Amino acid sequence: MKRNPRDIEATHRKLSRRALLLGGAQAAFVGALAMRMRYMQVDQADQFRLLAEENRINIRLIPPTRGELFDRNGVILGQNVPSYRIIIVREDAGDVDKVISDLSRLIELRPEDVERARAEMRRSPPFLPITLADRITWEEISKVAVNAPALPGITPEVGLTRVYPWQGDFAHVIGYVGPVSDYDLSKMEDPEPVLRIPRFQIGKVGLEAKREDILRGKAGAKRVEVNATGRVMRELDRQEGQPGADLQMSVDAKLQHYVQARLGRESAAVVVMDCETGDLRAIASSPSFDPNLFVRGISVADYRGLTEDPYRPLANKTVQGTYPPGSTFKMITAMAALEEGMIEPEETVYCPGFLKVGSRRFHCWKRGGHGHVNLETSLKRSCDVYYYDLALKVGIDRISAMANRFGLGVRHELPMSAVADGLTPTQDWKQRVYGEGWLIGDTANASIGQGFMLASPLQLAVMSARIATGREVAPRLVKSINGIETPLIRGGSLGLNENNLRKMRKAMYAVSNDRRGTAYRSRIIAEGLRMAGKTGTSQVRNITAAERAAGVISNEDLPWERRDHALYVCFAPFEAPKYAVSVVVEHGGGGSRAAAPVARDVLLQALYDGTPPLEAYPKGDRSRIQAQQERLQREDRPTLDTDGNDRA
Amino acid sequence: MSYLEYNVKSTPTGLRKILYMNWPLTLLLASVAGVGFLMLYSVAGGSYSPWAEPQMKRFALGLAVMTAVALVPIWFWRNMAVVAYCISILLLLAVELFGTVGMGAQRWIDLGFMRLQPSELMKITMVMLLAAYYDWLPGQKTSRPIWVLIPVMMILLPTFMVLKQPDLGTAILLLAAGGGLMFLAGVHWAYFAAVIASGVGVIVAVFKSRGTDWQMLKDYQYRRIDTFLDPSTDPLGAGYHITQSKIALGSGGWSGRGFMQGTQSRLNFLPEKHTDFIFTTLAEEFGFIGGFSLLLLYSLILLFCIATALATRDRFSSLVTLGIGINFFLFFAVNMSMVMGLAPVVGVPLPMVSYGGSAMLVLMAAFGIVHSAHIHRPRHRV
Repeated sequence: MKRNPRDIEATHRKLSRRALLLGGAQAAFVGALAMRMRYMQVDQADQFRLLAEENRINIRLIPPTRGELFDRNGVILGQNVPSYRIIIVREDAGDVDKVISDLSRLIELRPEDVERARAEMRRSPPFLPITLADRITWEEISKVAVNAPALPGITPEVGLTRVYPWQGDFAHVIGYVGPVSDYDLSKMEDPEPVLRIPRFQIGKVGLEAKREDILRGKAGAKRVEVNATGRVMRELDRQEGQPGADLQMSVDAKLQHYVQARLGRESAAVVVMDCETGDLRAIASSPSFDPNLFVRGISVADYRGLTEDPYRPLANKTVQGTYPPGSTFKMITAMAALEEGMIEPEETVYCPGFLKVGSRRFHCWKRGGHGHVNLETSLKRSCDVYYYDLALKVGIDRISAMANRFGLGVRHELPMSAVADGLTPTQDWKQRVYGEGWLIGDTANASIGQGFMLASPLQLAVMSARIATGREVAPRLVKSINGIETPLIRGGSLGLNENNLRKMRKAMYAVSNDRRGTAYRSRIIAEGLRMAGKTGTSQVRNITAAERAAGVISNEDLPWERRDHALYVCFAPFEAPKYAVSVVVEHGGGGSRAAAPVARDVLLQALYDGTPPLEAYPKGDRSRIQAQQERLQREDRPTLDTDGNDRA
Repeated sequence: MSYLEYNVKSTPTGLRKILYMNWPLTLLLASVAGVGFLMLYSVAGGSYSPWAEPQMKRFALGLAVMTAVALVPIWFWRNMAVVAYCISILLLLAVELFGTVGMGAQRWIDLGFMRLQPSELMKITMVMLLAAYYDWLPGQKTSRPIWVLIPVMMILLPTFMVLKQPDLGTAILLLAAGGGLMFLAGVHWAYFAAVIASGVGVIVAVFKSRGTDWQMLKDYQYRRIDTFLDPSTDPLGAGYHITQSKIALGSGGWSGRGFMQGTQSRLNFLPEKHTDFIFTTLAEEFGFIGGFSLLLLYSLILLFCIATALATRDRFSSLVTLGIGINFFLFFAVNMSMVMGLAPVVGVPLPMVSYGGSAMLVLMAAFGIVHSAHIHRPRHRV
């Protein structure tokens, strides 16, 4: 078939025309693409560059090292120790099940840990490290490290964790740290980002919690380049954080340990205070518990054991527990009366065994009475009637005001949890709280530290120190922060008549050193170290008239929780007071029997800065004391069982 | 026209033909492929494996195929057009029947050394058939309805087969290339006007129907359209790729971040960075200068195709060369529009640059036909 050349010409012209038309359209499109490219890459380049940077750069926090805690001599109380853990990276491990079973042949893996790790693995991307075992021993970690080639994806890692080497000795003072909980976060207004790091530890109780602000330190940050799946490719730069401040406490670890050991399983509290500076040399509550359990995460059974123990090991009895001060309050009543000029130290009051107020009789603890007593004899023998009489003359409001001057019913700010105010009642207070008028009987009760009157062992120690010095001594727990001494609040004079104070101290000296004193059996005989003190026995029940008629049941015959609290406050040496001590033994019976011996032992330990020589003790006690010293030394660093059933 | 009408004696013979190939075009193709090697080397993090090296081998193979095709006289290819088209259709059918065994939709046939995508082949053989058809059809019949319907069927058959795979991108490319060829052949513009008008009408209807009782698309299909129109509505889902692609492109700036310094591609923010989105890596690392240079290279290749077509008096040669040019244009225009956020994400590779065997080989073979048309062009008036 041959074609008409004219036809060929025509179709070719048409083709050329259309080809040029189409080529033009294509050129236009290419031009549009070029314009678009120019718009994005030149006009909007900065904006896109910024987006690209945001994509690739991530900021990661570097957790700060927590400040460590030391005693006044530099002995470590709360330290950071390396803790070894084993992490697994799913992506590198390949066959996770095989690797875990291989690992479990080397070291012991807890099934619940493995289960938790598996759950975590399912949720997170494969390159994220997941903790498989925590707090494993150095031996176990070496085993894993040696076998590393056979365990793909398994890495031993080292981190820092808190350890309290003195275990229960400082449990109440220092408290403990634990991982941040959702509850902790919910309480905070604007939580620091570092708190969101999994397993980051913060102070939960005690000093650790109260000084969290300086202990925690400031988190550092590093800028890392990440890829689209969030894997870190490299570190771009880092800004180091600031480690937490080291705290030095006023407490003497050796003395504190002795006090805890001396108290043993007794439910008691002891405070040893430096009369001069107010430094708390020991502040012990017993029974105690091992704070390390809480750092690790306490088991339900252990926690139940602690909460259900009637001796309340978790409570910090030194500042949190308040007790009727009992006869230890008598110095306050007397001081109020002396300062008001109601009575002279030598003036006597007749004690027939009771004081009749209106129709009601207020009994002295000694049924037969003490006869004529002055300040010294009344305190020495702890006559109640003398103080009823004084109190009725002075009135409750002045007594309470005097108590406040001595630090009772006043809050002493210490970095510890739940510091109690105690209570010094006034007429207004009763009207406000109970809506009832103040009764004369209330005054009588208050005069011997019963009734509404409440004080913590710390407050009683402060009171003793203030009696000993006549100055407004205030307690101090933190001696220095990062090596910088915290300022001493050197309290001014209490503004009391020095003669009255001297008389009062002399009376307290008689309590401990006079043959008829209630604490005579717990005296110190070393010259120059003699002690002045006051016993107290505070009732936790009312003695009914029927009971009184039938004869008061002795403490030994009562169930433990109904026995009296035993108290003792003292200071020594008498001539130049150095330490003030308060002892409260819950339901311990009489103060002279249960509390005073503890106070003496603790005082001597503090005064001699170690085990005192037997010559400091009265001859008759020495063999018993020697046995006790040997026992305590044997069981140095006692293992504290916390199940609470063993009540020695 | 039969090949007897050509002045066969004046065309080069034997291996001398190689001297008469369109060497500037070959050089352009080689430089575009070179850009591809560079980028594949870069996205692999500075390594010849796994992409740059196989790509180089394929390009070498492609050169051989192109030369072989070029040496065969153009009239042979015209006569083979029907056969080639039928083979392509059969291959598409084979993929449809046997290819579904793998994961989901399989679009390729394993030839051992490479995977052949029949839809890629289809783009060229369809152009060949249409060119042969219009070469055979007398000029005055071109716009008669019955003679228009036949090529429309030739286009729609493979389009539907590809659409069923489902491969929307290739289907659109087939449709556009076929339409382009019919336009070049001289079909009356009124047909195109009618098709475009009804197309616009359908689009308007689709959007207007949204939310009404006679809604024409499924809800998820509308959402996809939304995502395309505004990727920021779904930054981590379907819009993620296009957003990251735009960030990579834009952050390149005027001169780029430097070879192998593109954070977006190196840190895997870019999807499919070695295939469909390879242009973003180029634009990120070499900036506007790099991107524009590649665009320029493509335009020059296109220009050479058009020039070759206009220089020959043989109607089949002109049409097939222009058709291949249209295909090539559609490849890079759609791919670039896609990565710049001007078109929805459809799987269209960047020609000669993206990693992929069959697309490149088929394209090289097609350029072989362009060469053949150039070598065997009629030297004298009949």
